[in-house]
Amino acid sequence: MSDLVKKIQEHYGEYITHTKEFRGEHTVVIKKEAVKAIMQYCRDHLDLVMLLDICSVDHESIDPRFEVVYELSTLDNSHHIRIKVPVSEDEEVDTVSHIWATADWHEREVYDMMGIRFTDHPNLKRILMWEGYPYHPLRKEFPLAGKPTDMPDVATTGVAPMEGGPFVTSSTATDTVSAEPRAKGES
Amino acid sequence: MASPTSPTSEQATNPEVSSEKTDQKDFVYDSKVEGNIIFTRVDSAINWMRKNSLWPMPMGLACCAIELMATASARFDISRFGAEVMRFSPRQADVMIVSGTVTYKMALAVKRVWDQMPEPKWCIAMGACASSGGMYRSYATLQGIDRLIPVDVYISGCPPRPEALIEGLLRLQREIDKEESTKGLKAEPKEEVVKGLAI
Repeated sequence: MSDLVKKIQEHYGEYITHTKEFRGEHTVVIKKEAVKAIMQYCRDHLDLVMLLDICSVDHESIDPRFEVVYELSTLDNSHHIRIKVPVSEDEEVDTVSHIWATADWHEREVYDMMGIRFTDHPNLKRILMWEGYPYHPLRKEFPLAGKPTDMPDVATTGVAPMEGGPFVTSSTATDTVSAEPRAKGES
Repeated sequence: MASPTSPTSEQATNPEVSSEKTDQKDFVYDSKVEGNIIFTRVDSAINWMRKNSLWPMPMGLACCAIELMATASARFDISRFGAEVMRFSPRQADVMIVSGTVTYKMALAVKRVWDQMPEPKWCIAMGACASSGGMYRSYATLQGIDRLIPVDVYISGCPPRPEALIEGLLRLQREIDKEESTKGLKAEPKEEVVKGLAI
């Protein structure tokens, strides 16, 4: 186990659901109550001064449904750590934009694409789609072809012809054969 | 006493003959004008002027815009065909080159710029994305700019090479050559035929 993970576990053991190492990559899954405290600790005491990315995963049928994923890194020796925060559909996650300024836009993107809200975010509005767009397009139930929307003088969307596609993997597949990308035959 | 063969004396003594001669002189060979007069139809003249000084409105939205810039620069040199004056004001532009992926968020802005361009105006859809949405069969991408504005020339490629864009421009020039410009001068602008959004 890496020293970083060990130190986090020493200080915030009760908030850690589990840890995982895969090919030298360390992942810590934490409870969402401790996001602010653990992130602050990582930056101030573990030299994880750079937030590389915030992304999110939609597990669709698993509860809690979403996962917010933080990628942290040190600058001098390039140690990486991945922190995951499971969050269900009606819950919010604390913002970390006061710890890393870059989190501002990352969290806006997560909100725009996945619909996860961040508590105390200074400017939580859509960053890619326009204000007033009714959907969160990276959620699993949203069709790749899109849904028709209309906001006069702002933007209008249609449905893209899929020609038998999209060719996508299934998120609920249990074995590798059924997880192969297949044509969904939408629109 | 003047000699009878002298022209000056003849002019002096016979004014009628001299005026006839100057009239004739007006229509005989004049090296200053000869070769500089061309007879043509007004349509052809207008079309010739239009097609050889197309001022593009570069609607660069993605990687196709890189090829558009390459076309304008020294190696390919679109000014050989009179289209080097890229205008970033739609009021001064003749042809909009839509080069790149048109997202729904950008679509109405493109449409607005198009509406601001004065007639006569033309549109080149450069590359797969502008022509049909390209590889982006997605919720975010307009499936071809021809759903919003009428397109005169489509250029295939992802992105097309500068030669392809020049070929597209020459095709457009050939199309302009066929237009009835004088009829269009006083007519109302034609209604724009577009596919419309597939909703």
